[in-house]
Amino acid sequence: MTTFVKSFVPSNRSEWSSRATFVAVAILFLFVFPAWLSDSRLDLMASYVTYAIVALGIAIAWGNGGMLVLGQGLFFGLGAYCVGMYLALVEVGGAPNLPQFMTLLGSQETLPALWEPFNNVWFALSAAVIVPVTLATILGTLIFRSRIRGPYFAILTQALAGAFAILLIGNITLINGTNGITTSFSEIFGLSLFEPADQRVLYTIVVIVLGIAFLLSRQMLKSRYGRLLLAVRDAEDRVRFLGYSATKIKVIAFATAAGLAGVGGALFVLVGPKIISPASVGIIPSITMVVWVAVGGRASLAGAIAGAILVNTAEFEISSAAPEYWLYFQGALFIGVVAFAPKGLAGAATWLKEKVTSRGSSSTTSTSKTAEEAA
Amino acid sequence: MEPILNQLFAGVSYGSILLLIALGLTFTFGQMGVINMAHGEFIMFGAYTTYVLQEVLGKDQITYAFLLSLPIALVVAGAMGLLLEMTLIKRLYGRPLDTLLVTWGVALVLQQLARDIFGANNVEVVSPTWLEGGITVFGIDMAYNRLFIIGLALAITAAAWVVVGKLKQGRRMRAVMQNRQLAGASGINTPSVDRRTFFLGSGLAGVAGVAITQLGSVGPNLGTNYIIDAFLVVIVGGLGHLRGAVIAALALGILNSLAEYWSSASLGKVIVFMAIVVFLQFRPQGIVASESRGLA
Amino acid sequence: MQTLGGFVSTREKGSRFWLAAILVMCLSAFVAVGCGSDDESSSSGSSTSSSADSGDTIKVGILHSLSGTMAISEKSVVDAEQLAIKEINAAGGVLGKQIEPVVEDGASDWPTFAEKAQKLISEDKVAAVFGCWTSASRKAVLPVFERNKALLYYPVQYEGMEASPYIFYTGATTNQQIIPALEYLKEEKKVKKLFLVGSDYVFPRTANKEIKLWAKANGMEITGEEYAPLGSTEFSTIVNKVKASDSDAVFNTLNGDSNVAFFKQLDGAGLPSSKLPIVSVSIAEDEVRAIGADKVEGQIVAWNYYQTTPGAANEKFVKAYKAEYGDDRVTDDPIEAAYVAVYLWAEAVEKAGTTDVEKVKEASKGLEFDAPEGKVVVDDENQHITKTARIGVINKEGLIDTVWESDGPIEPDPFLESYPWAKGMTPVDG
Repeated sequence: MTTFVKSFVPSNRSEWSSRATFVAVAILFLFVFPAWLSDSRLDLMASYVTYAIVALGIAIAWGNGGMLVLGQGLFFGLGAYCVGMYLALVEVGGAPNLPQFMTLLGSQETLPALWEPFNNVWFALSAAVIVPVTLATILGTLIFRSRIRGPYFAILTQALAGAFAILLIGNITLINGTNGITTSFSEIFGLSLFEPADQRVLYTIVVIVLGIAFLLSRQMLKSRYGRLLLAVRDAEDRVRFLGYSATKIKVIAFATAAGLAGVGGALFVLVGPKIISPASVGIIPSITMVVWVAVGGRASLAGAIAGAILVNTAEFEISSAAPEYWLYFQGALFIGVVAFAPKGLAGAATWLKEKVTSRGSSSTTSTSKTAEEAA
Repeated sequence: MEPILNQLFAGVSYGSILLLIALGLTFTFGQMGVINMAHGEFIMFGAYTTYVLQEVLGKDQITYAFLLSLPIALVVAGAMGLLLEMTLIKRLYGRPLDTLLVTWGVALVLQQLARDIFGANNVEVVSPTWLEGGITVFGIDMAYNRLFIIGLALAITAAAWVVVGKLKQGRRMRAVMQNRQLAGASGINTPSVDRRTFFLGSGLAGVAGVAITQLGSVGPNLGTNYIIDAFLVVIVGGLGHLRGAVIAALALGILNSLAEYWSSASLGKVIVFMAIVVFLQFRPQGIVASESRGLA
Repeated sequence: MQTLGGFVSTREKGSRFWLAAILVMCLSAFVAVGCGSDDESSSSGSSTSSSADSGDTIKVGILHSLSGTMAISEKSVVDAEQLAIKEINAAGGVLGKQIEPVVEDGASDWPTFAEKAQKLISEDKVAAVFGCWTSASRKAVLPVFERNKALLYYPVQYEGMEASPYIFYTGATTNQQIIPALEYLKEEKKVKKLFLVGSDYVFPRTANKEIKLWAKANGMEITGEEYAPLGSTEFSTIVNKVKASDSDAVFNTLNGDSNVAFFKQLDGAGLPSSKLPIVSVSIAEDEVRAIGADKVEGQIVAWNYYQTTPGAANEKFVKAYKAEYGDDRVTDDPIEAAYVAVYLWAEAVEKAGTTDVEKVKEASKGLEFDAPEGKVVVDDENQHITKTARIGVINKEGLIDTVWESDGPIEPDPFLESYPWAKGMTPVDG
């Protein structure tokens, strides 16, 4: 326990400065943005912050664990649907009333058993984390035990997200298929999702959750486990020969990523557009999530956060400025960053920092240079 | 019994579509370790080739336009693949996960390109009259276009088998796949072999695109519908093995249509996926396993 | 080239550079987010549209999918809306000002639709938005429009059971399209056994629920009900089931792409239109063009407008559309409804003398317009428009000939309140 506490105490100068940056960023998100952004923009920013939580998980599993998780939409969706179901029940005054879409479709006479427990806010919130983590643990154990890795793993997770989206689309009577779950009025803990004042509170909560998730993830990567994870990424067989269970190490990272995606999804339905539908969980959104992290710099947690927020902001602005052609920009971003600047924003930042601290140092590589251009 | 037989035929015909779209991948993914997400868009451009030829030659030359588009689509899609290989993919050998993301970006650009060139709407590809209608044998309804696709899949698989198994080019391809360094040291120009393999694999996607015009309409989103299925076929079949791909495509096709018949179309797909995960538990290297794999 | 190896050191140096990374992020986030919010007033939550007509132009939003799976259908609708705006501007605009369209891409993604709707309302301060195709996208933006008290004009036939005070529905609701089609099948085609095929989403499900209630009251037997995943092109199984059911006709609510495969496979299974009539409610001229007229020639469709609909207003519209976008383009029901939507809004604004939302809503009550489909009237209560139901048969040019027409325009009844058999349909809050 003492070592755990101690690990939060800065040990050197750079630690202190990073601590200061963290505080500065926290002030930026908690005070500057709310003061400066309009209600609707802040609400939009809140949804990007939930994306950033998902991105943290990808940075752990992919950047540090070498597992390209191309199916995070699955876990994101599970978290989001858990909370979305609660919100849909609140909208109609709680169980045993049927959610609006069921009344419209006339598909159900009574509330299906699956929906019953989601009438309870605590059940819904905890399920949003427990369900993804449990599923990821089971799937991960199966997949990693049979040594499925690299591209095989990536395509399997991708197919998983695809299958999940198809399953959702096919289950229109139970969870409203393509339309997904959306409410035009709902609340959680007395906070209305549609009142600007309450939305600002929700924004603050989302930012605080991101902060906590960031600090915990950082501790996780700095710990002995984090080093083992890196070792597995770079030489899995050697770690295995040293007597560690590579499967266990990978499952933990995969489940953590799934849990963070679940948290992000659960918060996602509370802010921004307040919709969860198969369009947000399938193959395309899952790949998009990985791209945020690739842009940010795949191994860096801060980079992942920056990537998620910047890519989404940029896409929103560019698609408004050039609605007919913005896909070219998006494609070019993918290609440019991954092919020419694999270290992303974080790489650019390192390069900048090195340039500032040690002028003309030898480590300015061409890749980080292009990273800056791409950023 | 009749419905079951009809479903089996549907499964075989679906399986041969899967085989057609996956065949190109067994080269690019299986043999070269390149995960080309733009494979689906090569299929799309193959389909558009048929459309363009049909517009150029006129509506009274449908049969010629269709038959001619088979080799031309091979060249068009192959050339696109070659260009992709020479500009981007050759920088990324040894980084399979990165090729996946980069080619996904390429796929996005190609989709938008198709939208800007051919319009956002679907376009009509007229079927030759001899592919319309069908016959009924022992109570099984066999549409001519389905029979044609089964035939085409067989012919192309046979041709691919000859290329890989019998020709000098194929021997070089296998050599590079099994041990790049050793092949290079033995005097094989590996970059050139890579380019040729990529040309062939992408070209086959174009041919698959021509076949697909006979099933549905042709539009900018055509490729995305098929890409994941194609990858699953290659993974289940075992990387780089034609025999595995054939077995896997047929098995998945039949399983899919039977599962669909007994449940629903959506649930059918999920059942197939679950079956794949379970199968990989027992044979992670696929139906046909090789001694050494290029990917780890 | 081999950059992966560099990561080990990257991680070790983590604490040194995440500082810098965050700095870069903040700066860029500031810049990026900042540009979007500059023009925003600090007072939010109040009605924002009053400023829409200050200045020399009046801004309106166009919000459809220009990318993704729905672009196939929605692009033509954007064209129709742009054409109407262009015509109105050429004739002097509204309130003496030119209309300035702000186009946004919904990208076939429902959250994006909601985000962009919010942006159009609060940042571009548009007077009205013309947008959406799928019910999913409409449901996603509905709370945005209601909360901001802004106007949406929705141009596509849909499943009904909705009447938002801030949406004008210029496409048909079910009693203007599906019920007339059923009556046609019963009276003219003497159909006794009907098979239902649809894509698996809300419109076919709701439509089929209505059809089943109607069939029960009218003594028609429903021999089967099958749904295909959206965008599916594999219909062997469904075709086999249709064939085994020995039905008189099929009621088809499949969406866009799937129709091509469905018709091709029916044809292959020896069930051409002469043997098994199919009534489709989602195939219009634009889809026929992509499917190929020869594959659907002779099939029955149900809409409110066809390119061949007679009348001077339509002749002018078709001519203008082809002149603008090319001779090979066709007009159809949703395209016409989108075109009408812009005119209905412009007429209401002229009548109200302002773009203020509440006044435009008031001015729209009972508003009449000489549309290409014939005269339409906006309903006082539910903000749908009256529509003449037309049953058509696809001819070999890919156009549609009207074979049956309702006696004059049908009043919109989205909740089917005037139909005794439809009691089970009305939602609780309807």
